[in-house]
Amino acid sequence: MTTIKQNTLALNGDEAVALAVKQSDVDVVAAYPITPQTIIVEKFSEYIADGEVETEFVCTESEHSALSACLTASATGARTFTASASAGLALMHEILYVTSGCRAPIVMAIANRALSAPINIHCDHSDSMAERDSGWIQIYVENSQEAYDSIIQAFRIAEHPDVLLPVMVCLDAFFLSHTLENVKTLPNEAVQEFIGDRQIPLVLGHEGEKVPFKLDPKNPITIGPLALYDYYFEHKRQQEEAMREALRIIRQVHNEFAETSGRKYGNGLIETYHLEDAEIATVCVGSTAGTIKTVVDQLREQGVKAGILRLRTLRPLPFSDIKKALEGVKALAVMDRSNSFGGHGGPVFHEIRHVLYGTHSTPFVVNYIFGLGGRDMPQNAILGIYRDLQAILKTERVVEDVRFAGVRE
Amino acid sequence: MKEADLMLKHPLAKYLRQERMPHIWCEGCGNGILLNSFLEGLDELKQNLDRIVVVSGIGCIGRAAGYINVDSFHTTHGRAIPFATGVKLANPNLKVVVISGDGDLFAIGGNHFIHAARRNVDIKVICANNFNYGMTGGQYGPTTPLGSWTTTTPYGNIEHPFNLVHLAAASGAVYVARWTTLQVRRLKNSIKKALQKEGFSLVEVISPCPEIFDRYNKLGTAVDVMKWFKLISQVKHGYDPAKAEVAKNKIIVGEFVDIEKPSYGRLLREMTANVQDKLKGEK
Ligand SMILES: Cc1ncc(C[n+]2csc(CCOP(=O)(O)OP(=O)(O)O)c2C)c(N)n1
Ligand SMILES: [Mg+2]
Repeated sequence: MTTIKQNTLALNGDEAVALAVKQSDVDVVAAYPITPQTIIVEKFSEYIADGEVETEFVCTESEHSALSACLTASATGARTFTASASAGLALMHEILYVTSGCRAPIVMAIANRALSAPINIHCDHSDSMAERDSGWIQIYVENSQEAYDSIIQAFRIAEHPDVLLPVMVCLDAFFLSHTLENVKTLPNEAVQEFIGDRQIPLVLGHEGEKVPFKLDPKNPITIGPLALYDYYFEHKRQQEEAMREALRIIRQVHNEFAETSGRKYGNGLIETYHLEDAEIATVCVGSTAGTIKTVVDQLREQGVKAGILRLRTLRPLPFSDIKKALEGVKALAVMDRSNSFGGHGGPVFHEIRHVLYGTHSTPFVVNYIFGLGGRDMPQNAILGIYRDLQAILKTERVVEDVRFAGVRE
Repeated sequence: MKEADLMLKHPLAKYLRQERMPHIWCEGCGNGILLNSFLEGLDELKQNLDRIVVVSGIGCIGRAAGYINVDSFHTTHGRAIPFATGVKLANPNLKVVVISGDGDLFAIGGNHFIHAARRNVDIKVICANNFNYGMTGGQYGPTTPLGSWTTTTPYGNIEHPFNLVHLAAASGAVYVARWTTLQVRRLKNSIKKALQKEGFSLVEVISPCPEIFDRYNKLGTAVDVMKWFKLISQVKHGYDPAKAEVAKNKIIVGEFVDIEKPSYGRLLREMTANVQDKLKGEK
């Protein structure tokens, strides 16, 4: 356990992210403002102006340019950060794939916000869920403390030579981004010691010699050139391999961070709460997990065997961890704060049912789409879901497997 | 009598969607003056409202599309001009007006502006230039003057701003004017003129932002800003737009471009007619 003295500060999620970025010794930040991410970059520009960091900061004219600037900065070996949300992330779509394809270890905070239309600034996960196949690692946090901790971990994960992939740290709009919370913060030196300098792996150069994988006039290489049916596929295969490696590295970095900070989030990939002997359980991502845990406590007091699995990383999907953790659960509700229109359920549901296929005792599974556009998910609504699960267990029948919670019909 | 009947009605109330009031704009914001000038212009021209379409992007001023009681489209950030282009080309009988902000039109949407002006698409662009991204909390943008303070330039802006009237003129606009929200009569007249002209028009409206930009730059209250506009505005019609400055001690306002040039829509229709005639002849 840690002996480092930590400073407790009242921070909202955005401020917690900005502080973590500041302590992570970032070389370049390029961004474009969008609610509810704005505080991150505003706070950071204050750090720059006050001389607290030596970061190059570029306010570009759109998100597309912001991520493009980050990509090329990262390609020179710089540690790079940006932040966005909703329409801003959607506008980055093209460059998201270029970033992961170029193996640029950028870290980006996403303040999860609904996509237009109708225009809405509040929380749901439709922005980042739409990008889950873009080759970025995705970490979803439950509270501002975890946002702070995850940003610090994200640089280590992204830059690890076995991974070299960009990482999105997703925090719920307003519920986290704008809500004050006590956040334990590490001293600067502890964070810097934990992260260290960016490691640049060696790759084969044009003449077969080993050169650092970065744009450097002394050792010229080309990043991102044309690869058709001759080599494109191999690049994509390597990205998949890197995602697999990431499962190991995320856990490893998470455990090392726990030694420094004393804080753990399950095994770094999934977090379970009263799941060991649970008969009924929910699966969810993001801040709703906090409310669900409170409801689970209430149910446990009544003797109900209820539990929850929180997915911390959606990409890479911790397939076997989920499978193992859900063994023994008899009825399961998968919670989705976004929808896959016409897809028979939301994205998390698809993933979880996919994991459960072929297990020995597949539980009854239902999907709840909830909270779109920031609609609240109060305790009694969650309680209702656990009651539904009890009813399913009793009747041994799922009448409707995709349901909408808290919407006017 | 009901309380509602006793209340004084704004003379332009019929042009607004009452159910959307109150609006979100801060006290002293210039957006109300801009909107009012536009509505007065419509009123005086006795425009058939069924023929008017208002398109806006995202930003404080972007809300205008939702407040005006005509067919309107509140688009995504930066894309008002392409949406408007589509409307105009699909139905050339409509008068299409874009009301949007400096950030929306010239940062994220800057490329659309120059190309619509170059093609001379017959749309009227009214830009509320408050020198910053008001809606997202006052970050600097493409019109923020050198040295100004914003939330992202706490020690002053080091980027050179666009001169919007110069940009519009150089890109090919047929009508270009600039006013501050002080010169309401002239602003209204420019909007009317733009509405009657064929081709791409820009009316730039220098607009106070008392709660954010003006506060950061210690410009005083909204009234102080109006007094400042009065003190430093210089009306120079026909002035070279390249030299039409917006500076602390001088804002050149006026009509800078007023020329005739066939619009994209007209050329497109003429070409289509020609080709169709030719095909008929060949049959
Ligand atoms: C793709 C995208 N990026 C960012 C935003 C966030 N955003 C909303 S309004 C705005 C700036 C608006 O500035 P301006 O056009 O000058 O209008 P004002 O609010 O000043 O009237 C920004 C950056 C968004 N909605 N969509
Ligand atoms: Mg503006």
